[in-house]
Amino acid sequence: MKKELTLFDKPKNVKILLICFYCSLVVLVIAEFFIHPHPAFYFEQIKGFSAVYGFFSCVLLIFLAKLLRMVVMKKEDYYDR
Amino acid sequence: MTGNLMPPALIFIAGALLIPFLRGKIQAGYMLLIPVVSVLILMNAPTGRIWTLDFWGYTLIMGRLDKLSLVFGYIFTIMAFLGILFALKVKDNLQHVSAVVYAGATLGVVFAGDFLTLYLFWEIMAVSSTFLILASRTDAARKAGFRYILVHLVGGLFLLAGIVLYIQETGTTAFDYIGLSGTASWLIFIGIALNAAAIPLHAWLPDAYPMGTPTSTVFLSAFTTKSAVYLLIRTFPGTELLIWIGAFMVFVPIFYAVLENDIRRVLAYSLLNQIGFMLVGTGIGSQLALNGAVAHAFCHILYKGLLFMAAGSVLQMTGKIKCTEIGGLYKTMPLTCLFCMVGAASISAFPLFSGFVSKSMVVTATVEEHLVLVYLVLQFASAGVFHHAGIKVPFFTFFGHDSGIRAKDPSWNMVLAMGIAAFACIFIGVFPQPLYNLLPFTVEYIPYTGAHVVGQLQLLMFGALAFALLILSGYYPPEIKSINLDVDWTYRKLGSAAYRFLDRSLNTVNRRTEQGLMSVVKGGSTFFRQITVHLILFFSVNLWLVLGYRDKHLALKKQQLYNDVVQGTLPVGIGAAAAVSFVVLIYVLT
Repeated sequence: MKKELTLFDKPKNVKILLICFYCSLVVLVIAEFFIHPHPAFYFEQIKGFSAVYGFFSCVLLIFLAKLLRMVVMKKEDYYDR
Repeated sequence: MTGNLMPPALIFIAGALLIPFLRGKIQAGYMLLIPVVSVLILMNAPTGRIWTLDFWGYTLIMGRLDKLSLVFGYIFTIMAFLGILFALKVKDNLQHVSAVVYAGATLGVVFAGDFLTLYLFWEIMAVSSTFLILASRTDAARKAGFRYILVHLVGGLFLLAGIVLYIQETGTTAFDYIGLSGTASWLIFIGIALNAAAIPLHAWLPDAYPMGTPTSTVFLSAFTTKSAVYLLIRTFPGTELLIWIGAFMVFVPIFYAVLENDIRRVLAYSLLNQIGFMLVGTGIGSQLALNGAVAHAFCHILYKGLLFMAAGSVLQMTGKIKCTEIGGLYKTMPLTCLFCMVGAASISAFPLFSGFVSKSMVVTATVEEHLVLVYLVLQFASAGVFHHAGIKVPFFTFFGHDSGIRAKDPSWNMVLAMGIAAFACIFIGVFPQPLYNLLPFTVEYIPYTGAHVVGQLQLLMFGALAFALLILSGYYPPEIKSINLDVDWTYRKLGSAAYRFLDRSLNTVNRRTEQGLMSVVKGGSTFFRQITVHLILFFSVNLWLVLGYRDKHLALKKQQLYNDVVQGTLPVGIGAAAAVSFVVLIYVLT
């Protein structure tokens, strides 16, 4: 029997992963101040535009998807009836 | 020259016919050899128009070899190789033969220089791919395959009608740039757009592809849609309508992908989303945009194939593919998990993965054309893709809740196929130049600029933050065993409702009319029969009265005659006598 990986069974590992993840977010925001920008549109001159846009895109995506679910979700045997 | 030997399409199709006669390792080696031979021929073939054939006064061109067709030819051949390798241990010749024929037909479409050749391979493609869906041999797959072939036959008819009009208008079967003008071009456009699964002609794809076998869906994901994208790039570049169709396709399917429970259906919706990027590039039509569309198709075939291979491995090893039924598989399927995450990173366009170097070309093209709205939609979708294909697929399959399933990684050939695809995804991401050299136009494009990398990473990572926070807060829509209605509802429910309506209304009219007509005919025939009987009786009785028959004797004679006339057992002579007497009577009376 092959040994199982239990990497994410330990809460400590998950916690480390999340901390690394949050740190990377901070690094990304800071990094923007040190790169040579070439904004495509005027709104991209705002620092952190991509970050905010990415975050709210996903929130909006989930919100609209939940609304959509009310309309389109049917039981699995819908077409068999 | 070796390049003039035989078109790759025919190598595949003719080669497929031999597969059922081979067994075991010889069969496996033979199947892998087909794409290898094809790619060697393509590499050595001269560019231009080769493999031509005269047919009833038309010239069939099976080899229009230029940079655009060659780059698609290479990637389709590579994907055919990976698909065959992935399916190598499948003990089902139906699947092997139809997959190889399907790949060959796709190459035929890509290298076709005239419409007759194109149409021939187009229909072979539709039929052979149907068998890959039917190969699951389940009732659901049978029904989905049936809907699939019907939709594609309708699309094929549109294309055929357009081709006939086109040949009539231009007097030639050869084609290149067409552009939207006039009926013929619209019909051709609709026919091709249906195969590209352009919204609203897309529903066949998420309906049918997830019904394939673990291995056949890998083929399905690569060929039909991308060969249609190739044709759109060839015949309708710069068509503005495609920008809007593309933007819509980039946007809408991601909501479905978020809601969908079946992993392969999630991937099917993200396939639609990715084609949207290609259509936007095609619609913009600048050199950078077209290069972007081609490059994205190239990368997409690899990473989507990889993702479908990973999903196929899970389905093969666990027998399950729904988010609600799987989870925690990283523990015993680490390699599949790793390759799936490479595919997920590529489709999400993470820097150093293939999607980044191709998708960013399309996005940059929208910037150059100052399409602000389209740009914002593409960026929204980029975050959304990462969300559903980049995070959701690996998370719910390999992490998430522990389903308790302890399936192992699949057999070596499946792991190897995934490994090669994963390596290619990373290689292209790190060294994009070889891919850029294959593109139809020479455009100086540098994907790795500081601003670009940081901007993209911010977009993705903060999207991931949203996912993490929504999951932790419990607001994330839970996976539910369900299906989500799409446009196919129109022909699955509305269509059958319309059928029932027509059945009830028109068939009732039909039935009533028939009943009415029958009663008239019946009444008529009874009436005429009765009138004959009574006429005969009238004359006979008068005759008998003259002859002196009376009472019982007369009644008996009447009864006998009545029976004879009604049952048709009347002696011929009496009928003749009656007729003669009738004539005599008329003569006397007049």
